[in-house]
Amino acid sequence: MSELSSKHLLGIKDLTTEDIQLIFETADNFKDVINRPIKKVPSLRDITIANVFFENSTRTKLSFELAEKRLSADVINFSSSGSSVKKGETLLDTVNNILAMKVDMIVMRHSSPGAPHFLSRHIDANIVNAGDGTHEHPTQALLDTFSMREKLGDLAGKKIAIIGDIIHSRVALSNVFALQKLGAEVMICGPATLVPKYITSLGVKVVTDIHEALKWCDVANILRIQLERQHIKYFPSLREYSLHFGVNKQLLDQLDKEIIIMHPGPINRGVEITSDVADSQHSIILNQVENGVAVRMAVLYLLAGASR
Amino acid sequence: MQKRLLLNSHHLSITISRLCYQLIENHNKFENTVLLGLQPKGIYLAERIKAKLEEVVKKTIPLGYLDITFYRDDFRRRDEPLAPNETKVPFIIEDKNVVLIDDVLYTGRSVKSAMDAMGAFGRPAKVEFLALIDRSYSRDIPVEANYIGKQVNTVLSQKVLVELTEQGKKEDKIWLIDNNKK
Repeated sequence: MSELSSKHLLGIKDLTTEDIQLIFETADNFKDVINRPIKKVPSLRDITIANVFFENSTRTKLSFELAEKRLSADVINFSSSGSSVKKGETLLDTVNNILAMKVDMIVMRHSSPGAPHFLSRHIDANIVNAGDGTHEHPTQALLDTFSMREKLGDLAGKKIAIIGDIIHSRVALSNVFALQKLGAEVMICGPATLVPKYITSLGVKVVTDIHEALKWCDVANILRIQLERQHIKYFPSLREYSLHFGVNKQLLDQLDKEIIIMHPGPINRGVEITSDVADSQHSIILNQVENGVAVRMAVLYLLAGASR
Repeated sequence: MQKRLLLNSHHLSITISRLCYQLIENHNKFENTVLLGLQPKGIYLAERIKAKLEEVVKKTIPLGYLDITFYRDDFRRRDEPLAPNETKVPFIIEDKNVVLIDDVLYTGRSVKSAMDAMGAFGRPAKVEFLALIDRSYSRDIPVEANYIGKQVNTVLSQKVLVELTEQGKKEDKIWLIDNNKK
């Protein structure tokens, strides 16, 4: 099989295991491409992609833009701040106006869960979800699992702990879906206030003791405390969070094994992870960033190829 | 479907030997020459040529694998995208004499894509092309091979099928298939 089962990437939930494997195999080749002296291929030279970001982003936006440019696509960027969205234009109107300029693909980040799904029902262009509210962030989960696979090989039977602010995290949900499709076991760890009640229905283990999670896992994917989404107090103070859920060197030294440390960024250093862990040899945080470009190239390539 | 055998294992081995001696005539001791096999089947042929050449010239000849999937000009014009293969070019191409090796030369578009793909690894001094089977009179673009194993005149309904032991086949066989004839 060399084609994805969908013309959009809206979420990991909609992908098949074969889709994920196809994206990984294609990304392996693109990782080779981006490590060559000339890091560009002409595959998408007749494609125009709009990066439509209604929410802030550094890594994801840069990574998508670089992936698109490495594939030779024409790229236009839109961010809602300073746009006509402020004048009351609807999402569909904004996107239809962009598409009227003969754009083939939309990469969209939006604060409302389901926004890309809504769009996919109204427009013809391929849509890539670059994060929709607290719902899904499929390319992040793909690059996370791709990075784990690079370190551990086949993820079937591997134990992955996702630690931190789960309730506000789209990365957590997409990771759970991706890891389960790849046969890994998933544990969620965080303060009870930051773990959604429904999460057990997805078949994951839930603990509130960081020691237990670290002892159990092969990989700890540590998530950011998303203060910007916390409109009420979920824990007494950052200091207290760090004391009970922060991953530090002392905690890792107590383990009788080495585990892989991941973080999707941006890092709150000294809160969910200390600098000596984030910058340690066990951390693959910067590998995740590098792999992000290769994985996004694979997704864009496969979606563009399937669109005719 | 009609099937005609173009080369059997014995003929293929003779053809490869001849191609190797033709290469030696032009590249002498292979001091500045590298081989690039085109994925997927050109690499098997390139491996055989490399082995034969090394037997004769008694030195190691660099060989790389080049995948052209991302450089093809029919992307989004096919029903589904082709699955890429590994590219492995463990040397610098800059100022080298490059011999591109593929199993079949048909429209010429793959060779053009290969030359584009090769550009990612440097600017070669000279590029030559070796094709095991040349389907003459069927070019879409002005490309010809410098070294040809066997030339066949074909029509659109025909296809060259290359079966090599490296692909798990019992023996090497190169066929000309015609889908319109029974």
